[in-house]
Amino acid sequence: MKIDKNTINKIARLSRIKLDDKESEDYIKDLNSILDWVEQLNEVNTENVEPLSNISSSILPKREDISNDTNSSEEILENAPDKLEGFFAVPKVVE
Amino acid sequence: MSKSSLKQTLKDLDTKKISIRELNQDYLKRVKENENLNIFIHFSEENVLKQIDNLENDNSAKKLKGIPIAIKDLFCTKSMPTTAASKILENFNPTYESFVTQKLLDEGSIFVGKTNLDEFAMGSATNTSFFGNTINPLSKENEPLAPGGSSGGSAAAVAADLCLGATGTDTGGSIRQPASFCGVVGIKPTYGLCSRWGIAAFASSLDQAGIFSHNVEDASILLQSIAGFDQRDSTSAKVDIPNYFENLDDDLNGKTVGIPKEYSIDGTPMEISQIWEDAIKVLEKKGVKIKNISLPHTKYALPTYYIIAPAEASSNLARYDGVKYGFRSEEIDSLDEMYENTRAQGFGREVKRRILIGTYVLSAGYYDAYYLKAQKVRKLIADDFNKAFKECDFIVTPTAPSAAFPLNEKQNDPIKMYLNDVFTVPASLAGLPGISIPFGKDKNNLPLGIQILGKHFDEQQVFNAAVSLERSYE
Repeated sequence: MKIDKNTINKIARLSRIKLDDKESEDYIKDLNSILDWVEQLNEVNTENVEPLSNISSSILPKREDISNDTNSSEEILENAPDKLEGFFAVPKVVE
Repeated sequence: MSKSSLKQTLKDLDTKKISIRELNQDYLKRVKENENLNIFIHFSEENVLKQIDNLENDNSAKKLKGIPIAIKDLFCTKSMPTTAASKILENFNPTYESFVTQKLLDEGSIFVGKTNLDEFAMGSATNTSFFGNTINPLSKENEPLAPGGSSGGSAAAVAADLCLGATGTDTGGSIRQPASFCGVVGIKPTYGLCSRWGIAAFASSLDQAGIFSHNVEDASILLQSIAGFDQRDSTSAKVDIPNYFENLDDDLNGKTVGIPKEYSIDGTPMEISQIWEDAIKVLEKKGVKIKNISLPHTKYALPTYYIIAPAEASSNLARYDGVKYGFRSEEIDSLDEMYENTRAQGFGREVKRRILIGTYVLSAGYYDAYYLKAQKVRKLIADDFNKAFKECDFIVTPTAPSAAFPLNEKQNDPIKMYLNDVFTVPASLAGLPGISIPFGKDKNNLPLGIQILGKHFDEQQVFNAAVSLERSYE
């Protein structure tokens, strides 16, 4: 078993997702079965194979170096759950 | 009433046989009659009427003037909220318009509403949406069927004739599989043909926008309208967009079709093997050379996809933190608590599952074994296609391993659900264009789909083969 209680807690923490005990158990089961299933990739010989990270056959184009101002801070803040004097507001982080 | 095509409707509007208002009122009526199917996450009659008013006062010539189009609720739209079918974006009102929807607006189309989907496009049945299931319009009473997914709402909107076309996105089959389930045409173009700008990201190396329509001609008109270079998407391709519709040519004489032997999979229903054979026979009669090809790494496409897609999703979805937009939990004693509770309460089960698996395969010590390995296998899968396309002009396969299944049938076992994409995922990994067209029915009279794949940026060949098969079937 690749994923145990400790591992799921660690991943959940890295993902910033709080899990209750029932969820943890379910995800331990799901993730182990998915990881067992993807294990079959080890049958494939990938020695000297370059990893493919961008499938696009076009070359990354350069753009002109000109500034543009498309978004005002007001627009950016429009959907914020909490804001204060032109900033995003979050719970206090320093005492 | 038989469904009118986009092509015919454009003529009727042009010759004043029907007005923009009359046309759209017909569609509005049907949208309201079909509310029980839960196709739209956002629909506002007032908004549609406002768009009609604006167009009536607009004298300029526009290619899609007055044409009702449904928009998958993954595209940011200024005039309507955008949720990605997630609680975490329940109250999100974009301050900008996606590239694709802006193009459609520029052409004068009318947005009917925002269609339902699997949460963040993660699913194959439109059953992971925070806003509930969409019901396939082809369902019989008392036996609701899934519309496929993730773009199930858009496919259903076309199938129920609530619009003349719809936008979708396809990461591993999210346009082609629901098109097959709902008996409509769905095209996912080459990766990079349509800008991803303004589409909520799922797996950025795979995501691509596309089109649902009643027939291939309509799809060719609409795809041309949404394609094009955009400097705000760094993977957007600088290629000339042909006039697919004008260039449509159903004469396939002398072409070669590739038939991949690896797509004959144990357990595929007889009816699906049968329509595949039928399609090959039709092509043969049209003078197409049949070439048996091999794509040897096909069986590794699904496990490759289910490493790469969740890995990219775990990174893309990190932005939903309850700070900048969307839902924020009320339990916020500290900053970390706020993040953890917001994401725990804001994301659904499937999305969390994929974030967790993606985080695991990218985490220290596992990156090489999973993510890097999957990227290498992806290269081999793409190379298989490159080799095959040296011997053929296009490839024909079934779209999905089944017809539409009952709602909720496959919910409990994630791997069983993932198998829905077995025929669509390989082309997604290789970035190839693919279309699904209705071709035959199963014993319950449900539609089945045939998939046609082409070379990079050879959408024209895909359309030509599709229109040829479609015309022979009608």
